[in-house]
Amino acid sequence: MRAALFLTCVNDTLYPDTGRAVVRLLERLGVEVDFPLAQTCCGQAHYNTGYRHEAEPLARRHARVFRDYDYVVTPSGSCAAMVRDIHPRLGGRARAEGRGDGLARDLTGTGTRTYELTEFLVDVLGVTDVGAYFPHTVTYHPTCHGLRMLGLGDRPRRLLEAVRGLELRELAGAEECCGFGGTFAVKNSDVSAAMGADKVANAVRSGAEVLCAADNSCLMHLGGTIARQGTAIRPVHIAEILASTREEPLRLPATGAPVHMTVGRPGTEARARREGTHR
Amino acid sequence: MSSTFLGLPSFPVAARESTRDGQLRANLRHATHTIRAKRAVAVGELSDWGELRAAGAAIKDHTLAHLDHYLQQLEQAVTAAGGHVHWAADADEANRIVTDLVHATGETEVVKVKSMATQEIGLNEALAAQGIRAYETDLAELIVQLGDDRPSHILVPAIHKNRAEIRDIFRTQMAAWGRPAPQGLSDEPAALAEAARLHLRQKFLHTKVGISGANFMVADTGTLVVLESEGNGRMCLTLPETLISVVGIEKIVPTFRDLEVFLQTLPRSSTAERMNPYTTMWTGTTDGDGPKEFHLVLLDNGRTDTLADTVGRQALRCIRCSACLNVCPVYERAGGHAYGSAYPGPIGAILTPQLRGTATELDASLPYASSLCGACYDVCPVAIDIPDILVHLRQRVVEGGETVRGGVKTVLEPAKGHTTERAAMRAARWVFTHPAAFAAGRRAATATRRLHSRRLPGPGRAWTDTRDLPAVPAQSFRAWWQRTHTTKGGTP
Ligand code: SF4
Repeated sequence: MRAALFLTCVNDTLYPDTGRAVVRLLERLGVEVDFPLAQTCCGQAHYNTGYRHEAEPLARRHARVFRDYDYVVTPSGSCAAMVRDIHPRLGGRARAEGRGDGLARDLTGTGTRTYELTEFLVDVLGVTDVGAYFPHTVTYHPTCHGLRMLGLGDRPRRLLEAVRGLELRELAGAEECCGFGGTFAVKNSDVSAAMGADKVANAVRSGAEVLCAADNSCLMHLGGTIARQGTAIRPVHIAEILASTREEPLRLPATGAPVHMTVGRPGTEARARREGTHR
Repeated sequence: MSSTFLGLPSFPVAARESTRDGQLRANLRHATHTIRAKRAVAVGELSDWGELRAAGAAIKDHTLAHLDHYLQQLEQAVTAAGGHVHWAADADEANRIVTDLVHATGETEVVKVKSMATQEIGLNEALAAQGIRAYETDLAELIVQLGDDRPSHILVPAIHKNRAEIRDIFRTQMAAWGRPAPQGLSDEPAALAEAARLHLRQKFLHTKVGISGANFMVADTGTLVVLESEGNGRMCLTLPETLISVVGIEKIVPTFRDLEVFLQTLPRSSTAERMNPYTTMWTGTTDGDGPKEFHLVLLDNGRTDTLADTVGRQALRCIRCSACLNVCPVYERAGGHAYGSAYPGPIGAILTPQLRGTATELDASLPYASSLCGACYDVCPVAIDIPDILVHLRQRVVEGGETVRGGVKTVLEPAKGHTTERAAMRAARWVFTHPAAFAAGRRAATATRRLHSRRLPGPGRAWTDTRDLPAVPAQSFRAWWQRTHTTKGGTP
């Protein structure tokens, strides 16, 4: 089977490890991965900030680049939702504005062939045990677009549960937004930071070493909060956990403080700092 | 527009203060999480919730599409039943009508049923300016009024106050408004409720004019419906001689039967009750029973403008259940006051910029008061796609374009203050549609990565005040791919 990797612009530049992990994982599962170099951005940030017309050429370009693939896989819940849910709306709105069917026509099809990574694994490949090994405690944050727009449900969870050595810890308030929200993080930085701090506090309380999600944008926000707080929990994309094997294990990212094993009861200094910032 | 909300700061500015108020955060967190969980249980009990939700949306959409017809039908039915119908194009007109009606009774005091519409138009302030004192009788509204405060939640206007704060307000303020609080009042809920009961009972028994809103107006029978939990509303609706109801024109449903849907979805969504304790219905006037005079003031105040917007009009389906507030992570942290209108939370963020327009800094900031997490859409009992409308209104702010204000087609200029962002978005679009430039930019980012600071100056500080930036890796994915998978891949 052949599938195109739609990596997303954020991952391409800032999180190449996630891209490499997806390639490794899919190739291990017998998928022939292609990375169309002409891909850039799906237009999500433009659209969500109110620049719908600026998003249109990006959506059009995206559809053209991925037109000839039966399967397009992306390690981003929100970009998958953009392509699947929003791109068709762009066509509809253009039509409503009297600009004809062109955009709608150009944007049909790609969405239905686009799969978020965990969907592709569970629904298309039909696997939940991907042969991964990751001997750590992990808590999973279901990001909003994956949870509500795509309806990923328990797919990520089932995949994680099948990972050798991995122990899943419950995340309190899991379904609450982490506060990233694209430009929201900057335009409403105080509320965004408060939401992020609460999410990190819940993750730390879970006692897990790793905070896992299926979207690096959210993890960038949470990881930035974690790094600033000096909290020990590590943000890791689900693709990197699923790609990790006994032979080639993922080593926990070396940034920030070393993982400390009593994360359930954070040191007083870190706690004071955390409470000082958002309570 | 009422003056109550004029000159308020933009959402982010107001929220900066409120997110730092630990007591407020704790009160809101406790209250919203409690009701959120209860609502989930109450809704989960119904196997046909999805159908009820769709039916509610469909009834509202149908009514809105034929609003002129149903409004006329309602006017006829109310008039035939002995009521009087008045039409108010905006807040000023509605306030004037109500003031004149109260003056005509010769009274200077009125009792009020909790109502969003009268808050929206700032009726209490307008009445006060004309020497008429309005007494709020909903327990939470009473707390807000006594505390000289503003409501911060649709259903629980004093959600930002805890028991101890409420006791202090009762102790110090009740005497100025009527019967004082009992000696040694504690902060036990029962004691607080009893103090309010004694205080309000006096008002109910002596006041001759009642003012209300309505949850629903039934077009074919002319019946108005008020749902409440305390019974105080029923006192106001039945005891006075004159009843004046101010109701938004979108609150109409075609037939009595349509109530079947909403009387199931509204209580479960708002108070997590299977059925609300008090449902009061009245049709015009009845000899020897209830108010002798009934006036219905139908309020537009930006609603027909909203109706003209094919995307934004969904907001008029709202039945003010407040479920969207209770699940909103932004509301939970910013609090209701930051939204600067009678309508806080997600519904306020889409309704206020439509009812009032986006001309002020506050109103233009409201569509951005959301991370677009979608929790509001999930719980909305009439399936309003709030995130979709938020993005639509963001576009109105940054791109301008055609809209309707005061019934007149207007072309809005793009908002000021977005110039840098607009330029950045345009530049980014250019880069992303010119992959060679994209690749060059990424190479530059990688090449200069050691120079990148974890803290940014200027607008970027909003990110780096509380969060580190990710480090730019030594090699982009694309560079790795080209090295390892060279024979594959499309052309740049
Ligand atoms: S928008 Fe929906 S959820 Fe929010 S108050 Fe209105 S009806 Fe309730």
